[in-house]
Amino acid sequence: MRRIISVLMENQPGALSRVVGLFSQRNYNINSLTVAPTEDPTLSRLTLTTVGDDRKIEQIIKHLNKLVDVAKLVDLTEGNHIERELMLIKVKATGAQRAEVKRVADIFRGVVVDITPTMYTIQLTGTSDKLDGFIAALAGTPILEVARTGVSGIARGEKVLSL
Amino acid sequence: MALLSGGEMLLRALHDEGVEFIFGYPGGAALHIYDAIFRQDKVEHILVRHEQAATHAADGYTRATGKPGVVLVTSGPGATNAITGIATAFMDSIAMIVISGQVARESLGSDAFQETDMIGVSRPIVKHSFMVQNPQDIPEIIKKAFYIATTGRPGPVVIDIPKDVTDPNVKFEYSYPETVKIRSYSPPAKGHSGQIKKAVDILLSAKRPIIYAGGGVIQGEGSELLTQMARKLGYPVTNTLMGLGAFPATDKQFVGMLGMHGTYEANMTMHESDVILAIGARFDDRVTNSDVKKFCPDATILHVDIDPASISKTVTAHVPIVGPVVPVLKEMLELVEAGKSKIDAAALKVWWERINHWRTRDSLKVVLADNDVIKPQQVIQALYEVTQGDAYVTSDVGQHQMFAAQYYHFDKPRRWINSGGLGTMGFGLPAAMGVQLAFPSATVACVTGEGSIQMNIQELATCKQCSLPVKIVNLNNKALGMVKQWQDMQYGGRHSHSTYADSLPDFVKLAEAYGHVGIKIEKLSELKSKLQQAFAMKDKLVFIDVVVDPEEHVYPMAIRGGGMNEMFLSKTERT
Repeated sequence: MRRIISVLMENQPGALSRVVGLFSQRNYNINSLTVAPTEDPTLSRLTLTTVGDDRKIEQIIKHLNKLVDVAKLVDLTEGNHIERELMLIKVKATGAQRAEVKRVADIFRGVVVDITPTMYTIQLTGTSDKLDGFIAALAGTPILEVARTGVSGIARGEKVLSL
Repeated sequence: MALLSGGEMLLRALHDEGVEFIFGYPGGAALHIYDAIFRQDKVEHILVRHEQAATHAADGYTRATGKPGVVLVTSGPGATNAITGIATAFMDSIAMIVISGQVARESLGSDAFQETDMIGVSRPIVKHSFMVQNPQDIPEIIKKAFYIATTGRPGPVVIDIPKDVTDPNVKFEYSYPETVKIRSYSPPAKGHSGQIKKAVDILLSAKRPIIYAGGGVIQGEGSELLTQMARKLGYPVTNTLMGLGAFPATDKQFVGMLGMHGTYEANMTMHESDVILAIGARFDDRVTNSDVKKFCPDATILHVDIDPASISKTVTAHVPIVGPVVPVLKEMLELVEAGKSKIDAAALKVWWERINHWRTRDSLKVVLADNDVIKPQQVIQALYEVTQGDAYVTSDVGQHQMFAAQYYHFDKPRRWINSGGLGTMGFGLPAAMGVQLAFPSATVACVTGEGSIQMNIQELATCKQCSLPVKIVNLNNKALGMVKQWQDMQYGGRHSHSTYADSLPDFVKLAEAYGHVGIKIEKLSELKSKLQQAFAMKDKLVFIDVVVDPEEHVYPMAIRGGGMNEMFLSKTERT
């Protein structure tokens, strides 16, 4: 099952490499990873998505917790949560396709952020599924480039991940 | 407040931390530190002949004393040579501080002479690591490093220090922090009382129980409490390879080591049990055998460990307890005391009858050879008698290691010093140096083989320089015995690169060349007397080269893919 794990860790050199290294060392998958400092500049928040059965996820969480730089973490998929990913996608848009691409982008609430006579750059946010759905909906339209940020997430309601 | 350079601060901090010895080898990036060593007399530096040996010596020191050993190496090759020893310590959860010199800060990342990314290279095999960015940070980093290395599940910590950080001309105020707090690191202080209660209830109602104790009991100083509790319960106890000595081997409740080369009775007792209390053990594949689905099918598993990641990693625990062994055992002991009347004495009696029946199989019986040929097991038996079971025994890796584990009956913790998890050949002699330095008047025997000993033979020179009277017991079967055994059993007897009889050195002459005493033993009839002679030379290193039967295999041996009850018992018998 796909999981979203959010990690609060020391914003120190080497901390990220320990997390990434753990995954390769123990043969776990990382599907996406995003990291940036929080409102407290000494702390970073790292969000990653991975897949595995319950046993594997339990081990991943335990091993992440063992890292000295990791202060706290949460498996967001265990409860209600908000998941967002941002995608910038450059597609060919000429002739009749130009209107069609715009219409699909509107349906997905995408924003055209750059244009040339032959292409659009569209910005889209949402769950990874929605982003995948948009790419699927563009079938037939040549995609020139895709840049996705990876998933960021936060729990719904009063639950917070903080020190 | 004193003004000190980075190098001086490092030495002061180590002294303030109670360090007696540094095991090391100098080189360019560490020279400021070496000069600081020269100008003080509080911490003694032991000059090894290869950095790998420095790590094993520090490791042996930790295992024997419980205090973290300290290593100092230079950058580049010095640091990478230390890697095997760091990995060895990591796999066996041994506290160790490894200080590596590094190129100056301004040269970092430029592929400078002797530059290696030590933090990166060592990352998967350390508990934590620090790159020192400023000299002023040294005291706090040393404090944190020792705290991290020794608390929770212990492990090695690397401190990488760029050369200019230890510049003798740049001085700062020094003060050593009394306490340390790391907000992202909080090892458990005690177990969950509810879980402990639940575990003890199950333990007391067991009909076919066994206590399975590992190296964590020794590292956590829990041997005495474990022994008390086991005796109160009257249950059988088995120790892992790493746990030998956690419970006395000569106690009637001890059924021997378990696992791949465990006794028949230990493995059978495990397999047939209905409750297993695992303490400080990690259900390693050398214990469970390769197919965990066949592991102890009837057993309810109670698992005490300080590392939650060790629990339910391979075998699912029914009652997990995360905590240090001493407070958990204290709580358990009280509950056992109070609930002792619940023990099913009749069932336990029947259980012991079955165990005693398994014991009659005498799985460690030595089949004697003809013509005065020495069986390797007999060497360990003789060693046990000559040293009256009271030696510190270090070992290398292979058949001799298993024979030592099986036939030297360890009654005390911290006496059996071997590389269990990583299985590092070349560990034994340098580890023995660390033990002998810690206990100068103790008998320290290094049980080794002619393969392993040659992986760190150069340390004979360190032993000479430091007058370390280690006794090296070399089980010489003229082959890589364990490799050859597997080739006999699984590869149709094709001994691919496991023999070298025609190119072995004369170990007696070799020992003499290094300024030590060498003794060769070839006949069973002279085994004990010559061993006695060797061990009587209290202040000398004696290299005892014992020519043993090259055909011998280690048994029992687990059958791959089977349950714990499936073993080869000799070349011709199996369960």
